[in-house]
Amino acid sequence: MSRAFRDVLDDVRRTPLLSALSVTTIAFSLFALGLFGLVALNIRQALEKLEDRVEIRAFVAAGTAPEDVGQAASDVASFPEVQSARIVTQEMALKRAQSELGEFRDVFEGAVLPGSIDVQLKPGQRDPATVKRVAERMKTFSFVDDVRYGEEWIEKLYRLRNIAGISGLALGLAFAIVSVIIIGATIRMAVLARSKEISIMRLVGATDSYIRRPFLLEGFAKGVMGGLLALVLTWIAQTLINRYVIETIFFTPRVALLGLLFGALIGLLGSAISVGRHLRRV
Amino acid sequence: MIRFTRVSKSYPKTGTAVHDVSLQVNKGEFVFLTGASGAGKSTLLKMIYMEERPTTGEVRVAGTSSVTAKATDVAKLRRKLGIVFQDFRLLEHRTIEQNVGFALEVIGAPDSVIGGKVARVLTQVGLAAKGRALPRELSGGEQQRAAIARALVNDPFALIADEPTGNLDDRATRGIFQLLREINAQGTSIIMATHNLELIRRNEFRTVEMARGQVVFDSAEPSLPGTRTP
Repeated sequence: MSRAFRDVLDDVRRTPLLSALSVTTIAFSLFALGLFGLVALNIRQALEKLEDRVEIRAFVAAGTAPEDVGQAASDVASFPEVQSARIVTQEMALKRAQSELGEFRDVFEGAVLPGSIDVQLKPGQRDPATVKRVAERMKTFSFVDDVRYGEEWIEKLYRLRNIAGISGLALGLAFAIVSVIIIGATIRMAVLARSKEISIMRLVGATDSYIRRPFLLEGFAKGVMGGLLALVLTWIAQTLINRYVIETIFFTPRVALLGLLFGALIGLLGSAISVGRHLRRV
Repeated sequence: MIRFTRVSKSYPKTGTAVHDVSLQVNKGEFVFLTGASGAGKSTLLKMIYMEERPTTGEVRVAGTSSVTAKATDVAKLRRKLGIVFQDFRLLEHRTIEQNVGFALEVIGAPDSVIGGKVARVLTQVGLAAKGRALPRELSGGEQQRAAIARALVNDPFALIADEPTGNLDDRATRGIFQLLREINAQGTSIIMATHNLELIRRNEFRTVEMARGQVVFDSAEPSLPGTRTP
């Protein structure tokens, strides 16, 4: 391995411009991927915030004994999908309406609003099917007049989430493939620059795995360096967006590390494909 | 030992390069391989170090069969052979020492062994004083000596030389040929492809002549049909 490492350093020393070009090219392709990742992350974050607002409201018939409502709320709270079940009395419902619809405060003077049990679902249990299932179960309480959960809104939210997820995956995959192709092309240049050396290596009995080693190491190193550079560029871009456009969040350290690993992986993959193709041809 | 058994090689675009060749080269033999350009000499040599595999028939080299050899077997076989070309094939950015040591490096020899072996073969080929030079600083004859040193550094049982004097003047040719004779005298088989009929006439080594992919003369088998003096 030390020889492979020495070979990589020799190669960088001999062709500094080509090496710098390779790292920059990788960095820019990963930067594009990073920017896309940032957009996807922030869309996801926004959708999660919206999801937090998914709520089922079961309206309680007037005159229902508070003990019955309390018992029902604690039953509902024990459903596996449910995060919390809160009792909203008629008075509380009125106050809430007055504070939420401040401009129409007067309309609520002397009004009577029904009490309710407001249910929040656990994260991951807020899809339309689960929401509907829990709502249907709540309808079975005899004192429940009506159950509302914004069926149409939740379905739209989930459709949007699915579209964002699928297009995110497809675009991410496309960017990753483009990155692999670019890295493969830059490594291919390095392979071609050393094709004479490779043919001599073969003639004197080097195995293909020995020949591959320095190129794989080079691809890995370039992937990591390109990844680091891309991470810095993405961070700068996010800082500028935060300052001049809109408040956004950045990758967590774990995701950033995964990004670097991804860079290294596509560096390796690009190299493996390029060297493999060359070795098969010669 | 190197043995060709009814070997033919053809290419989809250019047709037959070698046709039904059977040939054996014994340990310690010196063989001239001659014939016009396109006669099949280089293809025959490539089949010895298995850069090409026969379309039909079998080439067996030091126990390795062209029919069954895998890539790793071929790599191992080449460590037992020395290969020399007309164009030297030295690495321009490496010194002569590094070029010769390269053949040991790539098969994983430790640095402690490489230095000693390189010095020994450079002395053997008369380049002891030129180890630190770059190939471009040497004459053609010296570059070919360096290529021969690289071929010898693994102590091969046979040296395959494809037109090793093709790019050299008469004096350098004589020097290289003398070196090959000395290597042969130490027990290494040599198979040398050459157009140089003068060289062949002046030396009493086995001569195999090829034409249109076939062996048309072998001095070791004068009864061969179509035999004639080269």
